[in-house]
Amino acid sequence: MAKLSRIRVSPSEAEALTGEFDEILGYVAQINDAVDILPDTRKVPAHANVLRSDMVTTMTGEYTEALLDAAPERHKNYVLVKKILSTIDE
Amino acid sequence: MQKDIQTIASLRKAFIQGTDTPSAVLLRCKEEIVNRDGEIHAYLDVYEDALESAKVADALYKEKGADTPLLLGIPVAIKNNILIKGKKATAGSKILENYIAPYDATVINRLRDAGAIFVGATNLDEFAMGSSTENSAFGPTKNPHDLSRVPGGSSGGSAAAVAMGSATVALGTDTGGSVRLPASYCGLVGFKPTYGAISRHGLVAMGSSLDQAGTFSNCVSDAEMLFGILQGQDGFDMTAYTKDTYPDIPKKEKYRIGVPYSFLGEGIEPDVRKLFDEAVLKFKELGHEIVDVSLPRMASGLAAYYIVMPAEVSSNLARYDGVRFGLHVGGDTLLDDYELTRAAGFGREVKRRILLGTYVLSAGYYDSYYGKAEAVRDLMRDELYSAFADIDCVLTPTAPAPAFKIGEKSDPLSMYLTDVFTVPANLTGMPALSLPAGVVTREGIDLPIGIQCMTPHNGEARLFDIGKKFLGE
Repeated sequence: MAKLSRIRVSPSEAEALTGEFDEILGYVAQINDAVDILPDTRKVPAHANVLRSDMVTTMTGEYTEALLDAAPERHKNYVLVKKILSTIDE
Repeated sequence: MQKDIQTIASLRKAFIQGTDTPSAVLLRCKEEIVNRDGEIHAYLDVYEDALESAKVADALYKEKGADTPLLLGIPVAIKNNILIKGKKATAGSKILENYIAPYDATVINRLRDAGAIFVGATNLDEFAMGSSTENSAFGPTKNPHDLSRVPGGSSGGSAAAVAMGSATVALGTDTGGSVRLPASYCGLVGFKPTYGAISRHGLVAMGSSLDQAGTFSNCVSDAEMLFGILQGQDGFDMTAYTKDTYPDIPKKEKYRIGVPYSFLGEGIEPDVRKLFDEAVLKFKELGHEIVDVSLPRMASGLAAYYIVMPAEVSSNLARYDGVRFGLHVGGDTLLDDYELTRAAGFGREVKRRILLGTYVLSAGYYDSYYGKAEAVRDLMRDELYSAFADIDCVLTPTAPAPAFKIGEKSDPLSMYLTDVFTVPANLTGMPALSLPAGVVTREGIDLPIGIQCMTPHNGEARLFDIGKKFLGE
């Protein structure tokens, strides 16, 4: 789960979390007593997806500096990211 | 605590008559913070530029009197998971410790337009995950009524800020009770609107199908006024509904109030139950009718909530990757960056919920957890609507007990159980109001207790009416 969640968890932390997990999962498992078989369809709520026309509502560049400034590492108008492709030798 | 800043109406009257000024009030709020917040720790940040805004408000009142915006000069505290342009929006987390909001949340925009003064940013459980404000990465907030106890959570800082008299009203967010529970623990009115009534634009997301902004105040009238200002679509939240979405829920002279007695069975402390029974009696004496209503589905609410919420948390918090904003901890590869950043930036409860959410959404478990929890939400909504055919609102305690001691609930499940009465409103999207209903005594100290009223969707007008009748406003 830690791997799927992209969180590095130390062995001692994992052990503590596992115990807490068992308790919480034990509690929420009562959901199976509440609903035996899943219904085929779900109801559409009274309100869903209130849409507006797809128009640009900001001025070009209005937020560019503020958003780029928030990035831990930037290069000009780009956010810096480590390379994700490596050669086969590596 | 300052008695004279307690309601918007009283302050506004004083401002218009010229017997008090926004800057004088703000200075008294700041004095309160200087004197008491070292101990209470309601605030993460106190805004220096508030005085400038207050002085502008002083001048406007002098010039225009009553012909000014409704909240002009009113001191408001803001939970620090709500974005204010140019200010830190930490969400109580190390991962956003230095994050500066690039824009205003819609609720902030609307308060600004109404003339509100932002006193400061209040403490919260990290990413609003908790029922005590102990999970803040910046240390816990204490209950102004008893410093050895929690103020409730997750909006504990906002509740404490109003309860200590450093702000007239405050904004919080409520995903499973995070406004109503601290309001109950701190003796305030806590309001969670219908899901979609107020735009969530600019709120740090936790559980997107559950989150709503809510208010803390000393009276129901203030909650009503704030709601009038905050509600309505803005084009940035596609779940913010129009006034045609739901039928009108009318006010009435006398109400038929449903109490789900079988749901109040175990777990409620005896004196809390006694206070609740007295509140029921008060409603009867006011001429309202009390009926026992059967809501067996409510008992599954907490289990459904602790499946749906972590599932949405795991998805919403995937954005904190150390690349675009927030904390960055570098490793050898991009994957290392992600894992190390998130390990260093998130606290224990946040990690727990992300992992739990990842688990309940994973292949093979989806149907037995998330699918069923969503089905339970539908069943709960149906059950409540059937009940509302016969009754006007549902009344319960807000919480089974008064504020607990700091450190008392170290095991996560026992903390989760405090939300048993508040989560149904979030799961079903219905509005709910916590009202102060008296005090119980623990170790010689009086601790506030709240009762909670819930109506069908779009039932705010009725909710406020019931609240005002109960509190005699």
